[in-house]
Amino acid sequence: MINVGEVLLNLWNSSGFAYLFSGFAAGGWQNLAMIAIACVLLYLGIGKKFEPLLMCGIAFGCLLTNLPGAGLYHDELWQAFMNPDSPVYHSYGEILKNGGLLDIFYIGVKTSLYPCLIFMGVGAMTDFGPLLSNPKSLLLGAAAQLGVFAAFFGAVALNLISPDLGFTGPEAASIGIIGGADGPTAIFLTTKLAPHLLGAIAVAAYSYMALIPLIQPPIMNLLSTPEQRKIKMVQTRQVSKTEKIIFPILVTAFVALLLPDTAALIGCLMFGNLAKETGLTDRLSDTMQNALMNIVTILLSTAVGATMVGTNFLTVQTLSIVVLGVIAFGLSTAGGMLGGVIMCKLTKGKVNPLIGSAGVSAVPMAARVSNTVGQKNNPSNFLLMHAMGSNVAGVIGSAIAAGFLLSVFLPAVS
Amino acid sequence: MNFITAAAETAVDLENISILNASIVAVLGYAVVFVGLIVLMAVVIALGKIFSAKKKTEEKAPAAPAAPVVAAPVAPVEAPAAPGTAGQLKLYDTPPKTAAMIMAIVADKLGKPLNELRFISIKEVK
Repeated sequence: MINVGEVLLNLWNSSGFAYLFSGFAAGGWQNLAMIAIACVLLYLGIGKKFEPLLMCGIAFGCLLTNLPGAGLYHDELWQAFMNPDSPVYHSYGEILKNGGLLDIFYIGVKTSLYPCLIFMGVGAMTDFGPLLSNPKSLLLGAAAQLGVFAAFFGAVALNLISPDLGFTGPEAASIGIIGGADGPTAIFLTTKLAPHLLGAIAVAAYSYMALIPLIQPPIMNLLSTPEQRKIKMVQTRQVSKTEKIIFPILVTAFVALLLPDTAALIGCLMFGNLAKETGLTDRLSDTMQNALMNIVTILLSTAVGATMVGTNFLTVQTLSIVVLGVIAFGLSTAGGMLGGVIMCKLTKGKVNPLIGSAGVSAVPMAARVSNTVGQKNNPSNFLLMHAMGSNVAGVIGSAIAAGFLLSVFLPAVS
Repeated sequence: MNFITAAAETAVDLENISILNASIVAVLGYAVVFVGLIVLMAVVIALGKIFSAKKKTEEKAPAAPAAPVVAAPVAPVEAPAAPGTAGQLKLYDTPPKTAAMIMAIVADKLGKPLNELRFISIKEVK
């Protein structure tokens, strides 16, 4: 006769509850803490509407990966994958053989497939017309990368305070890119340079992107005068369809030749845009903008959430990343605003400096904020299209910044 | 080969980067972003000028006494005036209902009565 007590005991011992309670001191508390963090992130995504499409996936991935015994994600497999001395170094076969569902999802992050596909969808949704009609807005996209490099420097400088607080060069580069306000670029760079920080950086990047309407306006008001904020900008010229078709081809060739490491990102962004602009590939463009984008968002967000295991996430470094991230965002906004103020002075008041803050990527949220702040100062002012110019310039600018950081630090990690 | 060796040597330093090197990388990176986008801006401006010049040439071309016309070219169709505007408002690819909605929104955003605003034309940007 079957021993019912033994069956029930085995059932208990194999359950996650047993691990949580019996192994509480050994690591169970970290799982519980991460489950609580996942619930907080779910609340931010659903209750506070912080980038819900990404945040819900990240939070749910975090929840799944921290359920003991479920075996959906194996951090130890990925550590062996990255260890040159391991017999399974860079072996995707090992991951497919022994990995869980989220390990398989994560292969798409590791190979940079998902960020590139997301960029393809972003390209298909982006209109570069405002940028082409006012090419000077590219300067604002460049100025707004200030936060990337300032936060990078700040992350390295923390070593002066304490080596426990500081970061290595590749880690600092990954933290700095939060200032680019571009989720896919941040994930692309971090996966290559500091994969162990991916969860914290992705959460910080997307949280601050959702907080742009709160972070940017005080900085915008601080760095501009009421008179400057009231400036009305004249309508720019109409851009022909041929120009819009030539532009993505031109940018791909130029940026990929300048910084080959960023060819995948820029290539996908511009291919998506080309599919939109030709007018002959509507089916492709529609798929990139909707079905593909949605599917990849699901896979990317849950895979990124899966990397949020307690041992990696519950560290002082995560706290530093959160602080440095907000500094990066603030300084990028300030950089764009200062660029706008300089442009305003050079053009004798023809440029409203508020469009500078949109130079941080975060399309189209940052452009909307510029428009809203402009209208608060002058209700008849419509800055949206002008701000969209610097906004899409910021996308290209952050990709170039990422390409530069990759070219410098990739040899150090490979 | 020397480049590869140099890169490998640099790689060791970059893992534990010093403050001085970090500041150099930060300044250099910011400069590279600027240079990249300035060059791109110059290319876009040049592209715009080429297309503007081409457009002007095309606009001037019909005015010149050209070869005998074989078939009468189709004159650009003037958009019909929107109903009830006494010929003041021109609509291009915009249904009257949409135009009315746009005008109402603009008036609401400006905080001015609709009859104090003058709309010249409304065109759908494609």
